[in-house]
Parts: sequence; structure tokens; C-alpha cells
Amino acid sequence: MERFAALVDGLVYTRSRNGKLALLAQYLRDTPDPDRGWALAALTDGLNFPAVKAGTIRALLDARVDEVLWRLSRDYVGDTAETASLLWPEPQTPQLPPPSVSEAVEVLAGATRATAAERLAGLLDRLDANGRYALLKLATGAMRIGLSTRLAKVAFAQAFGVDVEQVEELWHGQAPPYADLFAWAADGAPPPDAQSLPLFRPFMLAQPLEDTVVDLGAFVAEWKWDGIRVQLVHVAGQTRLYSRGGDDISASFPELIGALQIPAVLDGELLVRGSHQGGEAGGAASFNALQQRLGRKSVSKAMLADYPAFVRLYDVLQLQGEDLRPLGWAARRARLEALMPQLDPQRFDISAVIEADNLDQLAEIRARARDDAIEGVMLKRRDAPYVSGRRAGLWYKWKRDPLLIDCVLMYAQRGSGKRSSFYSDFTFGCWDGDPDAGADLLPVGKAYFGFTDEELKWLDRHVRQHTVNRFGPVREVDRQLVLEVAFDSVHASKRHKSGLAMRFPRIHRIRSDKPAHEADRLDTLRAMVAD
Amino acid sequence: MPIDLAWIRPEPQGIYLPPADAWIDPAHAVPRALVTHGHSDHARGGHGQTVATAATLAIMGLRYGVMPEGAQAVDYGETIALPGGIRATFVPAGHVLGSAQILLERDGQRVVVTGDYKRSPDPTCAPFEPVPCDVFITEATFGLPVFRHPPIAEEIARLRETQAAHPQRCVLVGAYALGKAQRLIAELRQAGHDAPIFLHGAMERMCALYREWGIDLGELRPAAGVAKAELAGHIVVCPPSALNDRWSRRLPDPITAMASGWMRVRQRARQRNVELPLVISDHADWDELTATIAEVNPAETWITHGREEALLRWCALHQRKARALAMVGYEDEDD
Repeated sequence: MERFAALVDGLVYTRSRNGKLALLAQYLRDTPDPDRGWALAALTDGLNFPAVKAGTIRALLDARVDEVLWRLSRDYVGDTAETASLLWPEPQTPQLPPPSVSEAVEVLAGATRATAAERLAGLLDRLDANGRYALLKLATGAMRIGLSTRLAKVAFAQAFGVDVEQVEELWHGQAPPYADLFAWAADGAPPPDAQSLPLFRPFMLAQPLEDTVVDLGAFVAEWKWDGIRVQLVHVAGQTRLYSRGGDDISASFPELIGALQIPAVLDGELLVRGSHQGGEAGGAASFNALQQRLGRKSVSKAMLADYPAFVRLYDVLQLQGEDLRPLGWAARRARLEALMPQLDPQRFDISAVIEADNLDQLAEIRARARDDAIEGVMLKRRDAPYVSGRRAGLWYKWKRDPLLIDCVLMYAQRGSGKRSSFYSDFTFGCWDGDPDAGADLLPVGKAYFGFTDEELKWLDRHVRQHTVNRFGPVREVDRQLVLEVAFDSVHASKRHKSGLAMRFPRIHRIRSDKPAHEADRLDTLRAMVAD
Repeated sequence: MPIDLAWIRPEPQGIYLPPADAWIDPAHAVPRALVTHGHSDHARGGHGQTVATAATLAIMGLRYGVMPEGAQAVDYGETIALPGGIRATFVPAGHVLGSAQILLERDGQRVVVTGDYKRSPDPTCAPFEPVPCDVFITEATFGLPVFRHPPIAEEIARLRETQAAHPQRCVLVGAYALGKAQRLIAELRQAGHDAPIFLHGAMERMCALYREWGIDLGELRPAAGVAKAELAGHIVVCPPSALNDRWSRRLPDPITAMASGWMRVRQRARQRNVELPLVISDHADWDELTATIAEVNPAETWITHGREEALLRWCALHQRKARALAMVGYEDEDD
């Protein structure tokens, strides 16, 4: 646990992505199984101890520390686990040596609601303040130390010199402590069987079009829908729905899980049916409607009836056990079109191709499109294979006016009037360079409207739960939430550190599905400067 | 009943002694000031008369460019008479060079004003001496039970390990220019670190003053004008404000460290982009604050500045009379 605690602190204090990668890679190389597997699971939200609740910590401390001193300390520190780790009274009697990560996991996994507090206390007694912090974070499953699952996978690949995309594919089929995954990567054992598991495949992503001129002979145009990008996988009788970041969101959309019976991996946009916003391509409601369905662990019948979900398909990656990804887009599209009659039309349709002879014509079609579910246009090379990530020259996204940019929420302040007591005044930033190379966020604007009342409540809760810092009325949040900001124009400005000022920025959409490092860079915003 | 002393009055601007028309650590210029130590929020300039230890006066002289007007130097243990029958004795506070508590006596009543203090050992200043009194006027900068400063040797060892593990980089330590920096350097020397230590320009004069006062800081060199390669593998000390400043770009891929009691809380370290937080403070931590109150055992405890709410609560839990003075002008120091 001491090594794990040192790793956790190292990750907390290291700002650069490469520094974090090096720390984690070294830990994974130097730590034996199964400790490293449990640690990896803890760092990527892969552990769950149902018997240990946030209230367990509170109750433990209530019995040991005066409640007023606890409250004042908790308010100051801003983190329950850290406060508890600092306030924990050191035992006066000799203790066993610090537990290993595996021992801690074993003790907590075997706990019941009745024994959880006592077991946690026994472990805390054997650790110093940093160890207690790491243990409490591991036990409650909320690390929030600025390490994304993606980064953990990259570190894993780096540690053992294996391909990160293969890691992505294999990872999803494995359970902690990932013995087979380590055996494969570290000791050269054969890779764990991926064929019979409903695994996530990394998404292919698009670059912004900006000034690029593409030839519509070589590229096909498709609508870019305003839902969330999903992957639906059915293998060996099991079905999974994955979000953009590879999170399993199957539980939120049972109607889709039941709807795919053919072994396939499908790429599409998750939307909610809405009759009121039919539009020419038909039947999708705005993103707000979809928002009602996101993040739910269980779904009521009323939810299913009021906000029925469906997937508008873009692509097919695998079919009947055949990997179609090496084929060009046109060949995959033909397979997808041939598949459509076998799918439930209530749950699936196909994203229509837009007929246009050239970019000007496409721009006109794009500008006319008033369907709320349309976000813009995608341009895909007809002969491009399906490759993970954002590759130059293959896919472009051409968003519709108003100008939109994906920012990361940095600070929030309480509003006034009807928004008083809610954190409703948001400051957001763009990456000043490549976040994967350690670039930082620079604030680019501030917005206090654009969201619905429901979204405001959601944002307010998010701010409270993700606060890392307070400056008087302002809270700094961890840099995880992507906000799609709409604005009318952007201008050069000496008053802001970013050198840019937005006109009428508003929160267009909450992109909780999008990882923060994929938010836009300052260069993208700079390219939109009108004057 | 709270003790009512007509001759001592806590004001938002400082502690006022009406019979002597004298102030302790006043936030504004007054005719007569008693100054506990040289940090700028306690030792402001412009007073008509300034009573302090000789070291504190020297520090003030260095900071303001001239010796304070009407400077009156007092030795530790020396008692001076103030108008109105008040006697003032300066007692070591263990905070920084020259720092003093001030014992005030009148008509058999004893009041101690601690200024800032700590109980842990410090090779650069005389150790705190507990003085029995009726009213103990204490600071509470780290007055929360989460603040427990570890033994400084542990923090110095971590600093040296980091330095040794990165021969191609330097460790840049942010440390307050008066007191913290010199204590850090002296502790490094005691731990056997005999390589030269490089200084930001803002540190040099205060280090020189400490040396004049007989504190051995080993070989110190200015960082200015030194080639990057020459700084690799070394420790560089700068004021906290220079940590993320343009100044540090001249250094070879520095590892950012900071020596402060605030480093106990992770987010405080993250706020300052600190990679190596060193929990080193010249203030009493929670255990020292509470143990000192118990040891001095005053009839009443008054709390000047810091996180007074929690210390008040502790006093209440231990059946001790206490009040917060709501002083203004003292900063959240120790960084």
C-alpha cells in the first residue's frame, strides 16, 4: 500500500501527461501481481466495494473526532477522504505492518454493511496519512486524481511495449486484477480470448474541416447528429452499449440491448425519438431529451415510453465474426445497408448520405438544415478503412452555425436571482497546445445561460462534487467536464490571457460523454477569429 | 466572567496598551510600537518608536533600507518599563531569527503575546520558552487538526532523495525569504548536504544577514548568470512567488518544491503546481498550539489570527476560556 500511496501522490502532484505516464508505467513494471492489477482497477474506477459508502468514513470519524472540528477541517480541505486521512488518530498500540493492496482489497471485498467500518478502521490503523488517503480513495472508488482510463491504458502499453489499441480491445473483456492481461503484456503469454466477448473497439474520430477543401468525388457527406456516439456490440449472446470513452452504458438503455441479436459491432449516434422535431431525416428529439436518459442505473417504464432511444447507424465494424474495419468506407456502407432489413426499425435506422456535387452546394444544404438533432456535416473518405482515433485526411467534421467549440469546465461561481445558490456562472477553457503533451487549459470565456433548469441542477451538482479548490465564491473544478459552448463570433483581445474574447457564449450542451483531453485547442478557436 | 484588563485592548489593527500609548505589531504607523518579529505584516514601517530585539531591528532595517525611527533594541529576557506602569519582557518565540513573545505585566497581571511561534527545533533561532500567564494571546495560523507538521528531518530527507534521483535536473524550492529559506538551508547542512546551494536574488541579502548573526549556511551562490548545466543536480532556493515565474525558465528542467505548512493539503500544493510538497513550517501546528495552551495554562486564551474557530472549539471542549480577536492585517503566512 505504501508504493500505491506514493503512486497516487505522484499522480496528484505531477502535472504533465508524460510524467504521469512514466510514473504509472514504472509502477506497473515494478509491482508484482495481483497488487498492480488491483491498483490499476482502483485508478480506473474498476473497483467497487458495495459495503463501503461515503457515509462509512463519516461514521468512523464521528466516533473519533469532534463533529465541529471535523466540519471545519472538511470545509477547509475540501475532500472527505483527505480530511479523514489527516484527522485519523494514530493508534497508540503496536500494529501489523501496512497491508498490501491485495490484502486491503480482500478485506474490503469480504466486508458487509455491518463489518465495513470496523474492517476499514483496522486497515487505517496500519497506515500513515498518505497511505490512509490512498486506501480511502481506493475503498470509496472516487480517485479523481486527473488520470483518465485512456491514460492508464497508454501507461500500460508503455510499461510493457505493447500496442495501445490492442490494450484497448483486450482490456474490456478482463476483470480486475487483470491477470491474463498482465501475463500477455509482461510475460508474452497469448492474448486473452477476445472473440467470444462483447468488447469495446476504439472509435474512429474526425478532425475539424476548417480551411481544408475536400473533393466530394473522394469523400461522402453525412449528417452529424446531435446525440452521443455509441458502439453497440453483440457477441455470443451478450450485448453491450459503449459510450464514446468506452464506458459501458448498457444499463441505461435496456431497449437497445434487447434489440440486437446478430453478432455485430455497430457504430452510430444514440438519439431519442421525438415527434415534434421530425426534420427531413426524421424522428429525433433534441439533445436535451436524450439527457434525460443518460447516467441512469435503472430506467423506469415511463422513461422508456417518454424518451424511447434508438441508434442512427453510421458504420459496421464487425459482422458475423468478420472484422470489416480494414475495408474501405464504401464497402462497409454496403454491408451496413444490407444489414438494415434484419434490424428492428423502431431501434435502428441508417444515417442518410447527403447528395451534393461540391462543397458550396453542401454548405447550402448544411445551412438550410434546421433539424435540432443535426449538429453539422461529416465528410468521410470513401476508401478509408476504420481506424481508431483521429487520423489526418480520413474523416472531417463540419459543424453548423452557430460557432461551437468544446471547452473544459474550469471554474464556477454562484449566480444571482433565479439562479442564486446554484453554481451557474461557468468559466471554461481550451487546451493551449496538445493536452497529451502536457499543455494546460487557458480560460477562453464565461457563460451563465444556454442550459435548461434540469441541466443547471445537474451542473450545480457536478460543480459541488468535483470541486478541487475554492477562492471565495468561486470554485475550481477538476478538469473533466467538457462543455460544448455556442457563440456568435470570436475576436482577438488583449484583456484575456488566451488572447481571445467570445461574443455571446452560452452552454450549448453538456458533453459528459467526451473525455477532457479531446476538447478543442486554442488554435481551433483562434482559427475562428472573424476580424 | 472574562478577564477585563483596562490596560490592554485588542483592536482590529493590533494590540493596544492605552496607559503606554503603545501598540504590539500594529498594522498602521503609530507613535510607539513593540514588534514581535521581522515579517512584514507584523513589522510595518513608519512608527515613531520601534521596540524589538536587535535581530528584528536589523531585519527591518534590511527590508526598509533604513533602521526604523527611534529603534530601541531589547535582549531576550530583558525587561523594559513602559509608561503607565507596564513592564514588557521579550522572550524567544522560536519563529524566525530575532522573533519574540512579549510578556506584559501590570499590577500583578501577566499577559503574553506570542506573535508567531513554533515549538519544533530550528537551528536558526532561539527556542520558544513557555511563560506562565493569566492571558495568553496566541496565533492560530495552522489552527485546524488536519495540520500536523512532520519532523523536519523527514522532509529534508525527501528533498535530498529527490535531488539525488535527478542528476540532470535541479530541485527548485520555494521558501519564504525570511526565516524559512535559512532554516531549510541550515537543516540541509545539518543533514550533511555540503554542495553549494543556489539562491534567487531576493534571498541573498537576508541570508547574508543571518550569517552576520552567526548562523552557518555553508556555501551559497547566486543562481543568476550560472549556466543551466552547472545547476543540474543542485538545489536552488527562491521565494514562492518565483516558483512558476519566468525566472525559473533559466533552470535545468526544475522539479518544483515548496516548503510550507500548507503543503499538508494536496490541493494547496496543486494550486501552486508543486510537484514536491515539503511540509515545513515556522508556525506551531495543531498539536503544538493545543499543547502550548495546556502547558502555559492561562486563565484565558485570546486568538489573534488564523483559523481561530477550530482553536476556540478546542478550548471549549477542554473547558478553557477563550475568545477570538478578529485581527486584521495579518496574512495567511508561511509561504
